[in-house]
Amino acid sequence: MTNPIARRPAAGRVRKSGGRGVGAGPSAWYAAPALVFFGFFALVPLIGVFVLSFMNWDGLGELSLAGAGNWTRMLGNATTQHAIVLTLIMTVMCWVIQTPISLLLGVFMAGQQRYRAVLAVLYFLPLLFSATAVGIAFTALLDPNFGMSRAFGLDFLSRDFLGNPSLALPTIMVVIAWCFVPFHSLLYQGAARQIPASIYEAAMIDGASRVQNFFYITLPQLRNTIITSSTLMITGSLTYFDLIFVMTAGGPGNATRVLPLDMYLTGFRSYNMGGASVIGVILVVVGLLIAWLLNHVSGSSKMESDMEGAL
Amino acid sequence: MRLFRGGVRPNLIGGLFGWIWLAIAVVPIYYIIVTSLRTQADYYVENPLSVPTNPTLDAYIQVFANDFWTYFLNSVIVTVATVAAILVVSFMAAYVIVRSRTAFSNRIFSLFLLGIAIPIQATIVPVYYLIVQLGLYDTLWALILPSVAFAIPISVLILTNFLRDVPRELFESMKVDGATDWQMLWRLAAPMCRPALVTVAIYDALNVWNGFLFPLVLTQSADKRVLPLSLWNFQGAFSSNTPAILAAVVLSALPLIVAYAFGRRQMVAGLTAGVGK
Repeated sequence: MTNPIARRPAAGRVRKSGGRGVGAGPSAWYAAPALVFFGFFALVPLIGVFVLSFMNWDGLGELSLAGAGNWTRMLGNATTQHAIVLTLIMTVMCWVIQTPISLLLGVFMAGQQRYRAVLAVLYFLPLLFSATAVGIAFTALLDPNFGMSRAFGLDFLSRDFLGNPSLALPTIMVVIAWCFVPFHSLLYQGAARQIPASIYEAAMIDGASRVQNFFYITLPQLRNTIITSSTLMITGSLTYFDLIFVMTAGGPGNATRVLPLDMYLTGFRSYNMGGASVIGVILVVVGLLIAWLLNHVSGSSKMESDMEGAL
Repeated sequence: MRLFRGGVRPNLIGGLFGWIWLAIAVVPIYYIIVTSLRTQADYYVENPLSVPTNPTLDAYIQVFANDFWTYFLNSVIVTVATVAAILVVSFMAAYVIVRSRTAFSNRIFSLFLLGIAIPIQATIVPVYYLIVQLGLYDTLWALILPSVAFAIPISVLILTNFLRDVPRELFESMKVDGATDWQMLWRLAAPMCRPALVTVAIYDALNVWNGFLFPLVLTQSADKRVLPLSLWNFQGAFSSNTPAILAAVVLSALPLIVAYAFGRRQMVAGLTAGVGK
């Protein structure tokens, strides 16, 4: 996407502070509709989740004050503690699985093979399916009796991937990778294309190998993209709900009951909205913290650049 | 002479990896499509990756017979209404942020920036509380209003960045000709920002179209069901009829596949909107 009017300089822009020109600027009322929407349905719930975490509410009846009871009960119960551990494992493992694959794939696609255009079209097909659709499709595909296992006749493929407590979470992480690797490789592809070719040409004259090129030029040049992509991955794994919900609903047992599922099941299945809000607060705080860290690590200019990556 | 990019020297490892990933990406999609074209009887006996011996559209007919149009229409209504509202209110807000130089407009911008970092799912309980209190539970409004609110920050950010690059002189000269801000907003700024508006529209449409948690929590009856939720219900209702379940999966993604076929570049821009370099 190129801007038809002017190209923004790559570095952070400094806005010219000039005269007002003719008359005053537009009325601030123009922002009112957006502020009303955002205030009422985003800021109010944000405050509300803190408030509700100190309330008793079954989702239907009256609210009553609970004090810190919800907090001690939620943080003290084994299910939620287990959910916290699972979420941590999932966040780390999703990053470990997805980042190397996305990075290599993105760099590969930024090269100039003849068939790359065709590959790129096919690589991004998974992006067109909603997480719900992917979860449901993979449930069928992983069916131990009639799924993909029969196509290859391999015994180890005919296990009950989603019904076995020790296999369910790894299986889900692989499906999540299938879903999201295309997106992250898009980011890396866009960034890798922006690395000036002259750097590689200079390295070539020095006789650098392809592996050296990758480690000494490509990786350092992609530093910011790695930070961005990792942040999205981490915040994504924290709040990941739909795919797991349709594949296992948190089971078998509590084997895939990560925090967002724990929140949903606590609130909307066990009618404990206060307890669900406690988890909500935890997710909000961690989410904001990660975003703040990202801003801190890579400078606030990151948040203000957009759309120049992928195309 | 070894050329690096544009390769005289073939990148064997990269190429091999690229083809392996291609198989991983494409085979499941191929599986979904061929399975949805199988008869239920063949599904139990044929090799899952073989081309169906008796290809049939029975599964699709069955999905349509199960109120698919209702769910599809609900999804369209919710997506179109949400995206239209987002574009209008976000663009007006972006206009103020860029064109007026008051402390207030800067504060609005900072507030929206904060909103980008809020994980939506985490506030589902209070959103549910609000919707119930407003008497909107189990209506399409229950999906539209919160979806608009949560998409505003990122949309305002993208539009603001784009609008900043429109030369001030254009506004000034239009103003000299006696144009009001309202006229400049829609006759100058909007046409100038068309690419950004398209990107924002695609990005928000994808998110709303595929949204699952809001419909799951905020609606109940079948006539308010949207596509992602209907898939989950199909999974329960057709538990033994995998071809029908996968036909529903294909149909739910069909509009996006068509959009991708016609406008891949815009689609990719929309997918990665709001993500920095």
